[in-house]
Amino acid sequence: MTETPGAAMVSDLSRLAGLKIVPRRYYRRWIAAALIVLALVWVGKAFAEGQIAWQVVGQFLTAPAILNGLANTVIMTACAMALGIVLGVVFAIMYMSPNPVLRGSALFYIWFFRGTPLLLQLLIWFNLALVFPRIGIPGFFEVRTIDVITPFVATLLGLGMNQGAYTAEVVRSGILSVDVGQTEAAKAIGMTRLTTLRRIILPQAMRVIIPPVGNEFISMVKLTSIASVIQYSEILRNAQTIYYANARVIELLIVAAVWYLMVVTILQIGQYFLERHFSKGRGERRPKPAGGAA
Amino acid sequence: MSSAGPIIVAEQVVKRFGTLKALNGVSIAIAPGTVQCIIGPSGSGKSTFLRCLNQIEKIDGGAILIDGELIGYRRVGDELHELSDSEIARQRLTTGMVFQRFNLFGHMTALENIIEGPVTVLRRPRREAVEEAQALLARVGLADKRDAYPIELSGGQQQRVAIARALAMRPKIMLFDEPTSALDPELVGEVLAVMRDLARTGMTMIVVTHELGFAREVASDVVFMDRGEIVESGAPEALLVHPQQPRTRDFISAVLT
Repeated sequence: MTETPGAAMVSDLSRLAGLKIVPRRYYRRWIAAALIVLALVWVGKAFAEGQIAWQVVGQFLTAPAILNGLANTVIMTACAMALGIVLGVVFAIMYMSPNPVLRGSALFYIWFFRGTPLLLQLLIWFNLALVFPRIGIPGFFEVRTIDVITPFVATLLGLGMNQGAYTAEVVRSGILSVDVGQTEAAKAIGMTRLTTLRRIILPQAMRVIIPPVGNEFISMVKLTSIASVIQYSEILRNAQTIYYANARVIELLIVAAVWYLMVVTILQIGQYFLERHFSKGRGERRPKPAGGAA
Repeated sequence: MSSAGPIIVAEQVVKRFGTLKALNGVSIAIAPGTVQCIIGPSGSGKSTFLRCLNQIEKIDGGAILIDGELIGYRRVGDELHELSDSEIARQRLTTGMVFQRFNLFGHMTALENIIEGPVTVLRRPRREAVEEAQALLARVGLADKRDAYPIELSGGQQQRVAIARALAMRPKIMLFDEPTSALDPELVGEVLAVMRDLARTGMTMIVVTHELGFAREVASDVVFMDRGEIVESGAPEALLVHPQQPRTRDFISAVLT
């Protein structure tokens, strides 16, 4: 269009309404999709022809030791996350408290548990008996540390305390995301600080907290595998025990991978519904489930 | 305490934000059942003063008495002891507050916003609170919006729900912090109408506002604040039509043009 829009243009405009609309064509998407399918076929073919005994995978998928390991993985994930979330909320609130003692303690907790490797923390918990052979309140009760700190308890404390330090920061960012006007309005109807947090701030902070916590939940499923070093029989450790005996290394690793993916998929679906619940009153709803949560 | 005396007394109230003196010795006495309007340019300290009355801000000097009770402190002999969080929360029950930006609880419906205080703070039975909330919603003309979330309401509707929420706590005094400043012009009227009705019921109201027409019509008294001080106060006709101080005169003519 080189000429200036004039009378001809205007009369054109009035005719535009009647014209047929041809949708834009996305040729490059088709090319990309074709390339990806090709790559998948190639990888699939390689695995199908590789040295993998698929019937062994099928056979061990529901083996008692594997299912037992799966149950332990799921239980540990749930317990460690529950502990982590409770600690995270408590320490986030302490961190934001006007009380310097509470703030100092929270700061120390986050600093320590975020600042040392998880593996090291697990080993310390597991070997606690070396430092304190007996624990308890003198005069009240006392037990042998080795009886209390089982692989389960050591793993729970290690993963949960570590998770709490990270979750505390997530919760704190969620709390900061809520407008100060909400706190002021809560004060104005006579709410105390803790009631305000519980009734007004945390429910609205959840919208910001859930996506990263969901992310950490999924990390936790896989992080439980680190507990194999302190003899907690989660799925990977049990798979290893089996392949030490039958030498079907890749097959059993695939079995473990399949179960990890199953658990993660279920969690992802759960996250979608949780996010939808806590977005009430926000207008914006996530239009479709993300990823595998279709 | 006594019903004859003022319900609010502020004596030489000082509030600092860092080096800025937001309130520089504000003194005022407000009689029960009156509507006190506070006008003034932005940054004059009028909102700060209101927030001090509700202890959202803590004062740095002077004293405030509400309903005969010293705010924020307990007098023990010659000392003033700071009150605890829960004691301050209890003192706030005397006053209801309406904010410029409404501040409705975003995760709750209109009805839930209104019953939150009565149920959670006053521990009243939920059924009773719901009935009263519905009556309040009807009173502000929003009976059909009980299940709407704040985001689904217009600014004017949100502000009316906010007024109902404050009233649900049965306060003796209502504080309004520029209740119409965040509204589109065509929505200002509906909020002012609710406030006018409220004034007619004999509620003690303190209204920080730019609506000089409302002040002139409804206020019992008007004060003009500038730079953290009360410059002039008087009956609405006198102050708004025949201001004595040059600063008041400048402000009023600036607002009206």
